[in-house]
Amino acid sequence: MRALLVRDLRLAVRAGGGFGLGLVFFLMVAVLVPLGVGPDSAILARIAPGILWVGALLACLLSLDRVFALDFEDGSLDLLATAPIPMEAVVAVKSLAHWLVTGLPLTLLSPVLGLLLNLAPDGYLWLILALLVGTPALSVIGAFGAALTVGLKRGGLLLSLLVLPMYVPSLIFGAEVVKRGAGGQALATPLLLLGAVTLGAWALLPFASAAAIRANLR
Amino acid sequence: MAGSLALVVEGLAVARGGLAVLEGVSFVLAAGEVLVLRGPNGVGKTTLLRTLAGLQPALAGQVRGAADVAYGAHADGLKATLTVAENLAFWAAVYGGQVRGALEAMNLVALQDRRAADLSAGQKRRLGLARLLVSGQMIWLLDEPTVSLDAASVALFVEALRTHLATGGSALIATHIDLGLPEALDLDLTGFRAELGFRGAFDEALA
Amino acid sequence: MSIWEYANPKKFMQATAKVLPWVAGLAVVLLGAGLIWGFFFTPDDYKQGSTVKIIYLHVPSAMMGVSAWFTMLAGSLIWLIRRHHVSALVAKAAAPVGLTFVVIGLVTGAIWGQPMWGTWWAWDPRLTSFLILGLFYLGYVALWAAIEDPDTAADLTSVLCIVGSVFAFLSRYAVNFWNQGLHQGASVSMVGGDRVSNVYGLPLGVSVLGFALLFLTLVMLRTRTEIRARRVKALLARERVA
Repeated sequence: MRALLVRDLRLAVRAGGGFGLGLVFFLMVAVLVPLGVGPDSAILARIAPGILWVGALLACLLSLDRVFALDFEDGSLDLLATAPIPMEAVVAVKSLAHWLVTGLPLTLLSPVLGLLLNLAPDGYLWLILALLVGTPALSVIGAFGAALTVGLKRGGLLLSLLVLPMYVPSLIFGAEVVKRGAGGQALATPLLLLGAVTLGAWALLPFASAAAIRANLR
Repeated sequence: MAGSLALVVEGLAVARGGLAVLEGVSFVLAAGEVLVLRGPNGVGKTTLLRTLAGLQPALAGQVRGAADVAYGAHADGLKATLTVAENLAFWAAVYGGQVRGALEAMNLVALQDRRAADLSAGQKRRLGLARLLVSGQMIWLLDEPTVSLDAASVALFVEALRTHLATGGSALIATHIDLGLPEALDLDLTGFRAELGFRGAFDEALA
Repeated sequence: MSIWEYANPKKFMQATAKVLPWVAGLAVVLLGAGLIWGFFFTPDDYKQGSTVKIIYLHVPSAMMGVSAWFTMLAGSLIWLIRRHHVSALVAKAAAPVGLTFVVIGLVTGAIWGQPMWGTWWAWDPRLTSFLILGLFYLGYVALWAAIEDPDTAADLTSVLCIVGSVFAFLSRYAVNFWNQGLHQGASVSMVGGDRVSNVYGLPLGVSVLGFALLFLTLVMLRTRTEIRARRVKALLARERVA
């Protein structure tokens, strides 16, 4: 298990810029939105939680098509499937690796982007916490989409069509936490719901993804 | 030598693309034996190996003893940006094997710090075969293991195979060349070609 | 005789060939009766005028849009558990029909909403979750279309349908939560079936039955087409080998 995690992280780092691109994309969103909406700081402060969450979703989406596709193309996935480790564990480890190279850096970068979008001072802590609790779900849901489309030549577009509707609950609860945090309101309910979505997704989706990969390898 | 039975296959039928290609395949592979699958392209050698490796379900029949297998496919599953040693170390960690002996057996020690991307086709193949050695599995299912190997490398492979057999291992190999292994038994798959009359769920729908 | 025997393609073709004309005929009769009754023989609403009559299209379409998803879910579960090809094909056949009903529901809703609320679209929780359901349909249909091998496609779409159902359900609750959080109290209420008086309710009931039979007709028809397509595929594959 640990060997697979180390291998995936090493591959992500050596792929050169591969995982940095998601971060740059996240930055681009935070720069482009004010240019489109206008510099009014009150409006920006109001939409900042939503924009940051949508930006995180899209940045996460960028690298999803490579979670299984590379291993599928060079035959490693066949070999992993015949190795004495359950496919469910392979999926979980690969989802974790994906989160470590996308969701986690996004979370750490988010306060800087909050600054650009004029997020209220009270919101920063909750922004980091919400992304920390919510982004793991994005990786494991995304891995499910990647598992469904792994056998397809151009699965990237289909992948986003499949995955984005499933991001709705995380997006709603996550943005709500930040919004309420920035406004100084009680936010225990959306934060707990956000955590529940993440835990539920991690508990159940690896099984669905493993079933999808097995069907795709046949 | 042929003491315990490693793999017992009875009445196996396998399909490719939803169409049966082989049926009634039965054979016994004992420990220390090599069985070479013969037959023209498209007869179903790869499909049979993938089914035995558990990658696809059988249409019919029984397989016993296929738990302890290492599958060697056309693709070696190498990561271009990892070095030879790193590639092998990953599989060693998965199976709990040793890297050093495998590197020596496949003559890869001098190349161990080179990235897999910079290897020649034959060197990649040798690295792919070294993975079998670190797996420590008793049954090897090999699909064209000698592709792009030169004569010296084929000899290396046969040597490694002999060691594997001597320690009670066994192998099922699909290949077109003569491995130079007098003890290898042939299994001609042409006789197991599925009849075209095999009936799927939709054949009778409009009857 | 067990009900599972109809999961055999041949049995299914025979049975539906017999049933289909009757179901289709009854659908035409009920739809005609319900819609004509509703459109021409019910009074205008004192507040909404004749606009209210779009209810006879809007409510049944929306109901079928949801029912079709449940049909797909049932078909997917049966395929994964019992490997009956027909059930996977029923799920496949129901999806575009359900998607069409969702679109009709959304469009008629917009046409109804414009004069009533003064806007074509509002981010009301009910509208929003219905739109999201439409997105799930799109993904499901696209996945079927993208995968070549029919059995693999059936497996993958079934898994997607089950997981998608959970997330569609979650989204519905998330959306309710979201709108409440966005602007408390201010919500546009739709005319639900429970608040409609009998003058509208009876023709509405007839239309719903008519739509349900229309749905059944379309699904049976499409499933028959899918079975024939699979038969053609099997024959072509055989020819290639021979």
